[in-house]
Amino acid sequence: MGAYVNPIYPYRAPTDLQGGAVQRKPLIVIGAGPVGLAAAIDARLRGLDVLLFDDDKTVSVGSRAVCYAKRSLEILDRLGVGDAACQLGVSWNIGRTFMDEGEVYQFNLVPDPGHKRPGMINLQQYHIEEMLIARALELGADLRWQYKVVAVTPAADHARLTVETPDGTFDIEADWLVVADGARSPIRRHLGLDIEGRVFQDRFLIADVIMKADYPAERWFWFDPPFHRNQSVLLHKQSNNVWRIDFQLGWDADPEEEKKPEKVIPRLQAMLGDDRPFELEWVSIYTFQCRRMTDFRHGRVLFAGDAAHQVSPFGARGANSGFQDVDDLMWKLALVIQGQASDALLDTYAHDRQFAADENIMNSTRSTDFITPKSRTSKTFRNAVLALAREHPFARKLVNSGRLSMPSFLTGSALNTPDVEAFEGQMVPGAPMDDAPVQVNGQDAWLLDQMGRAESGFAGLLFADSPPTPEVLAALQTLQQGRVPVQTLIVTPHTMNIPGVRVIVDAQGFMAKRYDARPGTTYLLRPDQHVVARWRSLNASAVQAALARATCNTSA
Amino acid sequence: MSPLNTDPNFHEPGRHFFRDFSPGDEFYEHLIEAHNGLTDEQSEALNARLILLLANHIGDLRVLREALEKARG
Repeated sequence: MGAYVNPIYPYRAPTDLQGGAVQRKPLIVIGAGPVGLAAAIDARLRGLDVLLFDDDKTVSVGSRAVCYAKRSLEILDRLGVGDAACQLGVSWNIGRTFMDEGEVYQFNLVPDPGHKRPGMINLQQYHIEEMLIARALELGADLRWQYKVVAVTPAADHARLTVETPDGTFDIEADWLVVADGARSPIRRHLGLDIEGRVFQDRFLIADVIMKADYPAERWFWFDPPFHRNQSVLLHKQSNNVWRIDFQLGWDADPEEEKKPEKVIPRLQAMLGDDRPFELEWVSIYTFQCRRMTDFRHGRVLFAGDAAHQVSPFGARGANSGFQDVDDLMWKLALVIQGQASDALLDTYAHDRQFAADENIMNSTRSTDFITPKSRTSKTFRNAVLALAREHPFARKLVNSGRLSMPSFLTGSALNTPDVEAFEGQMVPGAPMDDAPVQVNGQDAWLLDQMGRAESGFAGLLFADSPPTPEVLAALQTLQQGRVPVQTLIVTPHTMNIPGVRVIVDAQGFMAKRYDARPGTTYLLRPDQHVVARWRSLNASAVQAALARATCNTSA
Repeated sequence: MSPLNTDPNFHEPGRHFFRDFSPGDEFYEHLIEAHNGLTDEQSEALNARLILLLANHIGDLRVLREALEKARG
């Protein structure tokens, strides 16, 4: 057993960025948390130069965001760190809920087979950040540690930054600025931008405990347990024998007092119920808010992650929604910077992610109100649900100890083209793509790993049970050679060799079922793996019209 | 088959819920919100009125008898 030691990243003097006229960079990111780092990686993958400033010189102190949901793992796969995260992370699907002394309910996050990634892994934020930093550097992102941005002056076609370093202060300009500087966001405050919502009057003690324990890799949640009466407790396994334990303390708790080891250790001993040895790696007291900025976009300044929106921790919707922000933002930013889409495309980043933030806030607020009832009546109902949950399935569904993060269905996105033909199932325009096991060149593979290979990242899926006609092949070629190229994959139930076309084999029929597909069914997919439009037969001009809409190029 | 349905049953005609917990969570939010700002006594009275309204809507005495038994535990 041993505590984690934070790495120190080397400082580099800003000699290359200052002196003479103020330099202009195409893209600057502020904040080297998971969100800012993911943005820098995605920028590099899309061929953009990126400069990232962080005022610190290390990764997260303490485990902080520990749950990475399936959609985040799929995004991390695209960014190139999915395997590393899953190898080190603790995979779990089972969540158990206890009331008083007994278990009332358990859930399984992935009842549905045929997905590459599990419902959730637990991994300390510092490990994720180390992986993202290594990947960003490998891709040539320019990361600057101990660069503190102290002022931002927005302008019509750029933003000007004043940056403090150990070697003094300098100014620099960015065509585009991505702000991912966390919940307290000094830049958001500096610019005086609104962030509104609800503050919850409760305090939680969070402890990273190093111990050899033989509990299974499951999420355990207690309402009113004998070892911590009238409050809730959460236990989660992390990697390297570190366990996350979260105690609700109530609003009256004294944060300074509760943080002391002499207070924390007896709580842990009462919970563990025996004298097994453990070590405290990190302790923190937190409160939380559910709120978001009114607008995530302010001209050339784009806010992402906790800087733009905050939720209660129940449901792991912080870092997970931050990755989805990046996933949505970076393809749009790349198309705008590269002149392939109009600037209006970035307004849809704000709209789509504000919608998602509202959904996350709604779900995490509902969880919080269930876990920490605010009135006697609310508590009576909560306890009634838990009592009924032992026997009645409907009440189990109402038990809300956190609705674990799942991606939003962006059904209201302006980028979608509505269905004109009948489809069953969940893959409506705006839906995040469902994964499926497939075969490529005779090898087992996963659908989502096949997506986003073209330069723009837009993809088509054409379901077929026989080789395509020359007309269809010509249509696919037209789409591939457009201003915004679309690479179409042909999906067949059995192996088929079609020169010049990538074929994926849906041998087990997962795709046909999940996408309600018949021969001829065609999907157009965004670079962030959301459905844009679908048809029962391929028509190149219909696809082009949907593509124009999905890139805000319709008025041209 | 027992007359009382204890499987998840919250729904709304014409609305599609992508997550199975959403309609129940929405009901629960409305339920707690309905009590917002009330004293404990007012809340008790609200609950009584609510039970009577719903019981009349259900109407079927077999269902109501079974629900009363199960609620008594």
